[in-house]
Amino acid sequence: MAIHVARRGRSVRGNENVAGWLFVAPVIVILGLFLLLPILMALWVSLTDWNGQGSPFTAKVPFVGADNYTRLFTEEGLARRDFMTSIRNNAYYVAIVVPTQTVLALGLALVVNNRMLRGRGFFRTAFYFPSVTSSVAISVVFLFLFANSGAVNALLGMVGVEGPQWFADSRGVLHLLLGAVGVDSPPAALAAGGPLGLSWWEWLSGPSVAMISIISLVVWTTSGTFMLMFLAALQNVPSALDEASTLDGASRWQRLRHVTLPMIKPTMFLVLTLGLIGSWQVFDQVYVMSQGEPAKTTLTPAYLSYRTAFRDFDYGSGAAISFVLFLIIIGLTLLQRRLMADREPDAPRRGRWWRRRVPEGG
Amino acid sequence: MAVLTDRPAPAAAPARPRRDRAPRALASRLAGYAVLVFFALVFLYPFVIQIGNSLKTEPDAAANPLSPVPDPLTLAGFERIFAGTNFPLWLGNSLLVTVLVTLGRVFFDSLAGYALARLRFRGRSGLFAAIIAVLAVPGVVLLIPKFLVLNQLGMYDSYAGLVVPLLADAAGVFIMKQFFESIPVSVEEAARIDGAGVFRTFWSVVLPMAKPALITLTILSFQGSWNEFPHSLVSVQDPGLFTLPRGLADLVSGSLGKGTQYPLKLGAALLATIPVAVLFVIFQRYFVRDANDGADKG
Repeated sequence: MAIHVARRGRSVRGNENVAGWLFVAPVIVILGLFLLLPILMALWVSLTDWNGQGSPFTAKVPFVGADNYTRLFTEEGLARRDFMTSIRNNAYYVAIVVPTQTVLALGLALVVNNRMLRGRGFFRTAFYFPSVTSSVAISVVFLFLFANSGAVNALLGMVGVEGPQWFADSRGVLHLLLGAVGVDSPPAALAAGGPLGLSWWEWLSGPSVAMISIISLVVWTTSGTFMLMFLAALQNVPSALDEASTLDGASRWQRLRHVTLPMIKPTMFLVLTLGLIGSWQVFDQVYVMSQGEPAKTTLTPAYLSYRTAFRDFDYGSGAAISFVLFLIIIGLTLLQRRLMADREPDAPRRGRWWRRRVPEGG
Repeated sequence: MAVLTDRPAPAAAPARPRRDRAPRALASRLAGYAVLVFFALVFLYPFVIQIGNSLKTEPDAAANPLSPVPDPLTLAGFERIFAGTNFPLWLGNSLLVTVLVTLGRVFFDSLAGYALARLRFRGRSGLFAAIIAVLAVPGVVLLIPKFLVLNQLGMYDSYAGLVVPLLADAAGVFIMKQFFESIPVSVEEAARIDGAGVFRTFWSVVLPMAKPALITLTILSFQGSWNEFPHSLVSVQDPGLFTLPRGLADLVSGSLGKGTQYPLKLGAALLATIPVAVLFVIFQRYFVRDANDGADKG
């Protein structure tokens, strides 16, 4: 009875309960129906041999258990070779894209943040613009830039270098470097017997020349976004701090190393982890520019899962690849959230020699 | 030290260089400009090349890819875009999808964002946690799953399949929730006391105050759905339902017949870029806001 009265007295609250659910209902339905439900359906399909005919949720579709997964990891064969090749390609891609875009973004932010320079607003806009354009449209432009008779090769020609046939060149960059010092063919120790279906020599190829053009495109489009993040962080670094350390005789490099970088550590961390997460998802550019070719050296897990399902009609394997990629990315995301939560509270207090001289907020 | 730290530091006033330091300061300024100009070229010149080459003949584009000046200047590429491809159709589809998705996102995301920020209902915190979890789901692993569900629901290869799954997004809900939490409660309370219902309060009191966030969300949704590619890849296969990015990708993968046809492709890509470029120039600060919101999202 008492509860009943209390409820009645708070009819507004009861109202809010209904209204609250009504307000969120459309979002719940859409995200539930087109995000959560599909993930569960794909999980099921990844355990079957569905070929795209009819519905995957009938008794006629053969259930194969974890076969689609074991084929990616433990069974000798084309499925594992392709998957491991895609992992290798993407790993090299990440290893180049993430550091390059981070350094470039930070460098640009430092210059754009320099109060002595004019027209900084224009330059900020210019650097950021590529980030907002369509990935497909920009891929078309870069296809032209990196064409055999394209702008990049014309530029290289001006300094006397004969550019490669970018999108036809499957040679790995590390192999090319080794070739330059005289190692043209794999030493016997590396020619065979690497882990997971690829030889050591294949693992150690480096990104292919074709992949380098995709890497250039991605670094070019993402740096602007990350520059803005750095810029926001730099604007929170008190200028007095910088001036004080200048008067104390710190060099430009020392200031960057001991004053600026510690202050923007959380942002640095964010940029690195967002970069890691994003660069495992490269898809559009591969689809438009190379379709995984030449010689599968631009194949990435995301593109491979698409191709396996929609070109080879092996939806089970495609879904399994998606889930492995999902685990990789979610793992990185959880790691990021964990570390961010750990770091953020003490970030402003980090510092060294300058702290004793300049009061906080100075 | 006291002198130093007590000194007011107006942001615009550069430290007055001493006499002996002037040449060094000048040199570093020049170096700064050199870096800025160099990278402005790196980031903008590809667009200049794109525009220039879209107005060239094919042999000219192949022979002088670096030059921004067409010689001779021709609109042949653009004429063929409209006469020889389905470009007008793609444009129409893109406009339709973009308008519907933008309207849907702005409305549904702000409804949900408001509820999560202000209304006390059972399960709210759990729901918010779920939205945050959804933010972490990488879009690219949803390709096959989305196809499965559209196929199962009979929405594959239809406008509904192209539009409905995009009508709400977790990031938009998050942005709106953050914004609603930042505006004072008192105004709404006054409206509620005057007897306005929850929706009425939301619609005619709160929403007008949320204009900056609504503009941000509108722009993000427009940009996102205009540029959206993977979703159209797994939701339709009928060429009559292609959006611009899908049509462009199709164009590039080579169903054009002879030659590389770069002027045509670059022109089509250019036309697909223009709407977002215009939006960017006009509403630049809202784009910037987005990138910085991303920094808080974590």
